[in-house]
Amino acid sequence: MPKPPSSRKRADDRFFRLGTGFFALLVVILVAGIAWELYRNSRLSIEKFGFNFWRTTVWDPVAGTFGALPFIWGTLYSAFAAIVLSTPIALGIAIFLSELSPRFLRTPLTFLTELLAAIPSIVYGLWGIFVLVPLVRQLEVHTPDWMKRLPLFSGPPLGVGMLAASLILAVMVIPFTSSVAREVLKAVPATQREAAYALGATRWEAIQAAIRYGRTGIMGAIMLGFGRAIGETMAVTMVIGNNPRISVSLFAAQHTMAAVIANEFTEADTDIYLNALIEIGLVLFLITLVINALSRLLIWSVTREAKVKETKRVLPAATESAA
Amino acid sequence: MSEETMTVIEPASPSMVTAPEISAPAPPRPAGPFPPGAKVRIETRGLSFFYGTNQALHDISLGIPEKSVTAFIGPSGCGKSTFLRCLNRMNDIIPDTRVEGEVLLDGHDIYGPGTDVVDLRRRVGMVFQKSNPFPKSISENVAYGLKINGLCRRSELPERVERALRASALWDEVKERLHTSALGLSGGQQQRLCIARALAVEPEVLLMDEPASALDPIATQKIEELIYDLKRDYTIAIVTHNMQQAARVSEYTAFFMLGRLVEYDRTDKIFTNPGQKITEDYITGRFG
Amino acid sequence: MNIPGRRRILSKIVVGLCGLAVLIALVPLALVFFYVVKQGFASLNWAFFTRMPKPVGEAGGGMANAILGTFFLIVIASIVAIPVGVIAGVYLSEYGKARFATLVRFTADVLNGVPSIVIGIFAYGLAVLPVHRFSALAGGLALGFMMIPIITRTTEELLNLVPSTLREGALALGATRARAAFGVMVPAALPGILTGILLALARIAGETAPLLFTSFNNRYFSTRLDQPIASLTVQVFTYAISPYDDWHRQAWAGALVLVAFVFTFSVFARVVTRRLERMHRI
Repeated sequence: MPKPPSSRKRADDRFFRLGTGFFALLVVILVAGIAWELYRNSRLSIEKFGFNFWRTTVWDPVAGTFGALPFIWGTLYSAFAAIVLSTPIALGIAIFLSELSPRFLRTPLTFLTELLAAIPSIVYGLWGIFVLVPLVRQLEVHTPDWMKRLPLFSGPPLGVGMLAASLILAVMVIPFTSSVAREVLKAVPATQREAAYALGATRWEAIQAAIRYGRTGIMGAIMLGFGRAIGETMAVTMVIGNNPRISVSLFAAQHTMAAVIANEFTEADTDIYLNALIEIGLVLFLITLVINALSRLLIWSVTREAKVKETKRVLPAATESAA
Repeated sequence: MSEETMTVIEPASPSMVTAPEISAPAPPRPAGPFPPGAKVRIETRGLSFFYGTNQALHDISLGIPEKSVTAFIGPSGCGKSTFLRCLNRMNDIIPDTRVEGEVLLDGHDIYGPGTDVVDLRRRVGMVFQKSNPFPKSISENVAYGLKINGLCRRSELPERVERALRASALWDEVKERLHTSALGLSGGQQQRLCIARALAVEPEVLLMDEPASALDPIATQKIEELIYDLKRDYTIAIVTHNMQQAARVSEYTAFFMLGRLVEYDRTDKIFTNPGQKITEDYITGRFG
Repeated sequence: MNIPGRRRILSKIVVGLCGLAVLIALVPLALVFFYVVKQGFASLNWAFFTRMPKPVGEAGGGMANAILGTFFLIVIASIVAIPVGVIAGVYLSEYGKARFATLVRFTADVLNGVPSIVIGIFAYGLAVLPVHRFSALAGGLALGFMMIPIITRTTEELLNLVPSTLREGALALGATRARAAFGVMVPAALPGILTGILLALARIAGETAPLLFTSFNNRYFSTRLDQPIASLTVQVFTYAISPYDDWHRQAWAGALVLVAFVFTFSVFARVVTRRLERMHRI
C-alpha cells in the first residue's frame, strides 16, 4: 500500500536535506583534510626539529639541516613591504571610485582595476623577470651613494631581490584591498558624511568621517591584502632570487615560504627534506587561515549594518506615522 | 497668543509674491506672516528645485524671521525636507540636481558665485531625522565642528563643549562621562548630542529635519522643550510630520504640498482657521 | 593663508591624489599588457598551437600538448568541483540560517584564502604519494578543490536572488523540495551560476603552483589520468626560467594565450552578469 503523501514528502525532504548537506559537509571535510594531511606528512620534521625549525637560519638540505627562519623573514618582509606600497594606492582608488568619480567613469575604471586581479601570477612572474627586474637593476645601480651606505639599500645591484618581489606583490595586492575597501565605504551610512558636511566640512573632511566610521572594515581590507601577499608563489619565486638568507636590504636576494616549496618540492630526495617543506606549508596554511578569518570578521562588522538596512528597505516601511 | 496680537497684524497671503518694484529703492518685503519690523534671517525667492528632470519644488518664496520657530508640514513627498536642505545647500552633495531662484541669508544669495559653502554650513546648522553621532567620544563629537573650522584655541575647547551641552540640556546627564563613546547614549540623548554638536559652532540658523520622529514620547517631549528654549537665541526651521508638535513649538507654519507652498501663516491661525481648504483637509486628517 | 582656504586646498589636493592613485595603478596594468602582447604576438604562430616541444636547446616547436593539457585539467577540475560546489550552494541557500550552514560558509571562505601551493601539497599527499607518480588526476583535483569555494558562494548568492515565491509556488503544487530546488530554483539562477563557474575556470586556468608537483609536466601529448600532463602555466614557467632565448619567446606566447583566455572569460562573465541584472530589474 502506498505511503500517504505527507509522510512520503517528509521523507523526500529529509533526504534532500541530508543529500545536499552531505555535499556541504564535503567542503568542511576538505579543509579539515588539508590541515590533517599537512600535519601527517610533516610529522617527521616536526618531531625531529621541534621549535628549533623556526629559529635556525641555516637551510642546507645536503647537510640535512633545515632552518626555516629565513623563509618566515622573507615572507613577512615582502608582504609587509607590499602592504606599505600598495595600501595608499588601493585606498586612494577605493575613495576615488566610491566617493569622487564621475558616474560615467566608474564602471570602466572599476573594470580596469579588477583586471589587475585577473592576470595570472605566472604572467606577472614572466613580466617580472624580463621587464621589472632589469628596471629594478637600473634603479639599484643609480641609487645615490649615500643611500647605498644605509643597510636598507646595501648590496650588489642584482635586480632580483626583495625590492622586485615587493613591487610585484604590491601590484598584485592592490585590486584586492581596493575592492574590499570600496565595499566597506559603500556600507558606511550616508548620514555620517551628511553630519560632517552640515558642520561645515570640506569634501576630504567628510570622507575622513566616513573612513573613521568604517575603519575596522578598512583594516580588514588591508589584512586581506596581507594574507594574499603571504601566499603568493610564482611571481615571487621568479624575482626574489631564491636565496635563503636573512637580510634587511631591499636589494638582497632572499626567499619566502611559498617560493621555497615551489622550487624545491620536486627536488626533495629524502623523506625528512619533504617533511620539512610540508611543515613550511602547514605553517603557511595556519597563518593565512588566521589572517583571513580575522580580516573577514573585521570587514563583516561594518558591512553587516548595511545588509540589515538593505533588508529593511525591501520590507514595507511605515516612514511617517499617520498624524 | 493674546487676542490683541491676532487682530493687529494682517497676515500676508503667500500668493502675493513680493517682486521688486522698478522705481522703489527699498528691498522687497519678504513673503511671510510676520510683523513688518521683524528681521528676516533667511528667505527664498522663487526657489525651484530639480532632481534631474523631475521638479521637486515649484517657485517657493518665503522668509523665516529670526529668533522664532517656523514649522514646515505636509504629506510625505511634498518637498518639505528638500526645501529645508536647500537652505544650507545640503542638496549639493546629491548628484544631478539643479536649483533656480534665490536663497538669501542676511541678504546674500547663498547659491550665488563666491559663496563659501563650508562657511555657510557652519552658519546654518542642521540636525537630522535619525541621530548620527560620530563613532567618537561625547566631547569629541561636540568639538568636531570647532576643530575642523578652527573656531577656537585648543585650551578653549572644554569650555565651548560644556556650553553647547548645557544649551542642549544634556550637560547634567553626561558631564561625568564626556570621554565615553557617544554611541552608548540612548536615542534621545544622541539626538540632543547632535543638537549640541550643531550648536557648538554657534550657527545663526538651525535647521531640524524631523528631529524627534525616531524617538519615544518622553524623549520627544525633551526635544520639544529644548527647541522652545533655543528659539530665544536661534532662528529655527523644523520639518515635522507631527502636527501637534508643529502646533506646540512653532510660531509660524508653512504647509507644503506636491512641491508647492500652499499656505504660510501664524501657527495658531493655520491650525484653527486655515485659509485654504486643502490645508484644512490635511490638518483634520482627511489625507496624508 | 586663512584656515578655510588652507582646508579647501588640502581637500582639492587629496582629491587629486586619489585620482592619481587610480592612474598609478593603471601603469603596471598597461605595462604588463603591452609587453605580453608585444613579445607574445611576435612568437605566436601556427606552429605554436600545433607542434610539440622540441628537445632541450633545439629551436622551434610549440606548446600544443600544454594547451590541450590545460583543457584536460580544467575538465577534470570541473567534474570534481561543479557538482560539489553547486549542490553545496543549494544547501546553503535552502538552509542558510542553520548553524551548520554558517560553518560551511566560513569554511568555504577559508578554503578560498588558502594559498594555491598549499592545496597542491594536499593533492600531492592525496593522489601522488600513495602511487608514487605524478598524474593529471592529482593536478585536476588540486584545481578542482580551488574551484569549489568560488562555485559554492556564487551559487548560494544567486539562488538567494531568485524570489522565494518561485520555490513556494512549486511546493504548493506538490513538488518535493528536491524538485523545487533543482527543477525550479537552479534553472532560474542558471545563467548566474554558469557565470560563477566561468569565473572559477578563468581563475584556475592561470594557476601554476599547485600543478608543479601534482600534474608535473610532460613533453609528450597525453590524456591519461594516471600520467603527468603538460599544462600551459607550468610550461611557461619552465621556459621562462630556462637559459634559452627561443624558449623565452615561446613563454611570452604562452603568456599571451593565457591572458587572452582569462580576459575573454572575465569580459564574457561580466557581460552576462550585467545582462542578467538588467533582466531581473524588469
